[in-house]
Amino acid sequence: MLDFPRWKVVTIWAVLLIGVLLAIPSLMPESTAGKLGLGHFPRINLGLDLSGGSHLLLEADTADLAKQNLAKMEETIRTEMRRGSPKVDIGDISTANGQLSFFVRDVAQLDAAVERARSQTQAVGVTGQRDWNVAVVDSTRIVMTPTQAGLSDSADRAMQTATEVVRKRIDELGTREPTIVREGATRILVQVPGLQDPAGLKALLGKTARLEFKLVDLTANPADIAQGHAPPGSVLVPYPGNPGGIPSIAVQRRTIISGDDLINATVDKDQNGQPAVSIKFNGAGGRRFAQVTQENTGKPFAMILDNQVISAPNINEPILGGNAIIQGSFTTDSANQLAIALRSGKLPVALKVIEERTVGPQLGADSIHAGVIASVIASVAVIVFMLVTYGRFGVYANLAVVLNIFVILAVMALLNATLTLPGIAGFVLTIGTAVDANVLINERIREERRRGRGIVQSIELGYKEASRTIFEANTVHAISGLIMLVLGSGPVKGFAVVLLIGIAISYFTAVFFTRMLAAQWLRRRRPTVLVI
Amino acid sequence: MRLLKLVPDNTNIGFVRLRYWAFGITALLTVAALAIVGLRGLNLGVDFVGGVLIEARFQQAPSLDAVRGDVDRLGVGEAQLQTFGAPNVVSIRLPLPQTNDEGATNRLVKNVESAVAAKYPGVAFNRAETVSGKVSGELVRNGLLAVFLAVLGIAIFSWVRYEWQFGVSTFVAIAHDVLMALGFFALTRLEFDLNIVAAVLTIIGYSINDKIVIDDRIRENMRKYRSMDMRALIDLSVNETLPRTVMTSLTVLLALAALLIFGGPVLRGFTAAMMLGVVVGTYSSIYVSSSLLITLGLTPSITPKKATGPAAGAERIGR
Repeated sequence: MLDFPRWKVVTIWAVLLIGVLLAIPSLMPESTAGKLGLGHFPRINLGLDLSGGSHLLLEADTADLAKQNLAKMEETIRTEMRRGSPKVDIGDISTANGQLSFFVRDVAQLDAAVERARSQTQAVGVTGQRDWNVAVVDSTRIVMTPTQAGLSDSADRAMQTATEVVRKRIDELGTREPTIVREGATRILVQVPGLQDPAGLKALLGKTARLEFKLVDLTANPADIAQGHAPPGSVLVPYPGNPGGIPSIAVQRRTIISGDDLINATVDKDQNGQPAVSIKFNGAGGRRFAQVTQENTGKPFAMILDNQVISAPNINEPILGGNAIIQGSFTTDSANQLAIALRSGKLPVALKVIEERTVGPQLGADSIHAGVIASVIASVAVIVFMLVTYGRFGVYANLAVVLNIFVILAVMALLNATLTLPGIAGFVLTIGTAVDANVLINERIREERRRGRGIVQSIELGYKEASRTIFEANTVHAISGLIMLVLGSGPVKGFAVVLLIGIAISYFTAVFFTRMLAAQWLRRRRPTVLVI
Repeated sequence: MRLLKLVPDNTNIGFVRLRYWAFGITALLTVAALAIVGLRGLNLGVDFVGGVLIEARFQQAPSLDAVRGDVDRLGVGEAQLQTFGAPNVVSIRLPLPQTNDEGATNRLVKNVESAVAAKYPGVAFNRAETVSGKVSGELVRNGLLAVFLAVLGIAIFSWVRYEWQFGVSTFVAIAHDVLMALGFFALTRLEFDLNIVAAVLTIIGYSINDKIVIDDRIRENMRKYRSMDMRALIDLSVNETLPRTVMTSLTVLLALAALLIFGGPVLRGFTAAMMLGVVVGTYSSIYVSSSLLITLGLTPSITPKKATGPAAGAERIGR
């Protein structure tokens, strides 16, 4: 029967009422919502295509990461073989073709060397696979190859850190509500609403900011450096601003102190009033810095940022207390950027911008404005059209469609979903489906009426038959929506989210809500004529 | 109150009778769409081919040739210019700079913007987009895959739920709709970007809805009128659902028309595609998917009432 128990009536109204209430904050400007004390209620986020701002897709350079890992393992092996007792004498260490290989001078020590190399590998993942394979070739040579599991594990950890670092750096910029999410295995999506000039952001993000302090190798002969040769135990590092003329400098391999020990970096002025960056180390770093500067007073040391010397001053006096100042040819802006980059830690892996979009605020505002006007006109047209076609049942349908819009907005706000241009397309389609569901019901009622059935029976049958069709259609529709949600990216996904929410809600409003209104009308009025 | 009835009661239009004409026209249009897409290609946006896009809003509509000349003088590669929605809004598309230098793209955008701004005071830059070739390739692949699998999923559902003929006819009809939409974009040279993929998805969604409604009615009638000739049955089903088809299509078109006229330039290509989709989707529901059911040999006898296991019809002896 068209009987509706009271609890159903209450539930339906309650759901719709909550929906409308939750949609309201999203419908008013943010400032108004804040004034009314609704600032804490969930709001729909507007996508950058509607609100204006910058969108960057960053990709990690995994080849670079693999190279770093190899270099680290090379260092570890060198120290381990030397440090352990007995000392294993190795030679001809190389890192070609993504492998680390070296040979053991004393064949008797081969097994011990393999054991020691193996102890440096780690189990990763659920299968307990090691991150490196250790193999012996040609009876004296040990080859270490990173396994697939090891590579993806290290990439995964690097990406986690990188995402955090990116978040910190962007937070330092003080922008409003940035979105920073990891996408897939090697990507980070950054969206900053309102930011119009992404160049500074890109420069900031592109910095790996690997800061190291190393002693300058004074034994190096300038002629050798010019030819690209470094003395044993030293490496050549580019030094574009070298007052000595040669654009590179020899420094000792050993790092005195690295950015890992850094706890703060701020913009400062040096003794000449030039912009500089003042940095502060943690306890351990500060002690080491103090010790090295005590032992090497009068000698120069190099500050190396991302494998480039930014400054190589002389140590005038021991630097105690863990504070130091970085001087170079900075402007206030570049000093600030360096300070931020240092402060927010180093990126474990280089990030490259592979997609960049900037939408001016005017364009976004225009789109919204036009969209709203068009939507209002469209709604009025549809409402009038439904009204002249179905009369009373048109009013029910209109109520259903309008409530439908509110509830979709509410659900999107609750899910913290983002409304984008493609989302609007999904919205239009959803409203289309909602209208269609009501049309299906009403046409079916007309049809049953034509077949000569009574009023109550026509309405009942109309709802029953149409509900089945609506269910079928919505199920198929939802399947396609789900596939798009799982497989699609960006706009396709945004579209699918709105679509799925809309399908569920339009089914509810069309089938339950209008049915309830019809049932209540039938019971109250017991009509003898049905105008539909 | 007299209510509006767009379709008179008990219509009896012989849709099926016209199906060979319809097949002919459909085939012709499909070939035409394929040919246009093949010959002219789609005007793919930077989303799909990679590159740099700058959108500029001029005070007055400029001469595209003059602006092109100004940009070309910068030696940044061949610029493609197009008005975007309004004559004073121009999109400038450039190839990506061929270097690994991260800053090169930014400098390119800055260069072009300052050169244009110097020549045309008061110009505003609405947006700038840079998509690398790598990403654009993925976007194409993912977009196509999502669309294709969605259509396939629908076909499989129709097959499992109804009969295989419904699956095939729905698949063919939706593929037809997508092809028509692509043909439309190839013909008008409107820019085809990721947003348009969403429009195409909307077309598919609308079309599915339309087809399932008619399919559902056909199935219902197949149970009701077991001995009816399939052609008559399809005509009956289409005619019975005709008021709903017309009403819904008209309502959606009405809403889309408002969006097309008042929705601003950004939504225009998008909305035009959807309007076309509604027309094409409605047509294909009636002529492609329904009529194809006959060609595929669907008859009422192959939908027996649901058997509930082997013993359902067997005689039983009870106490």
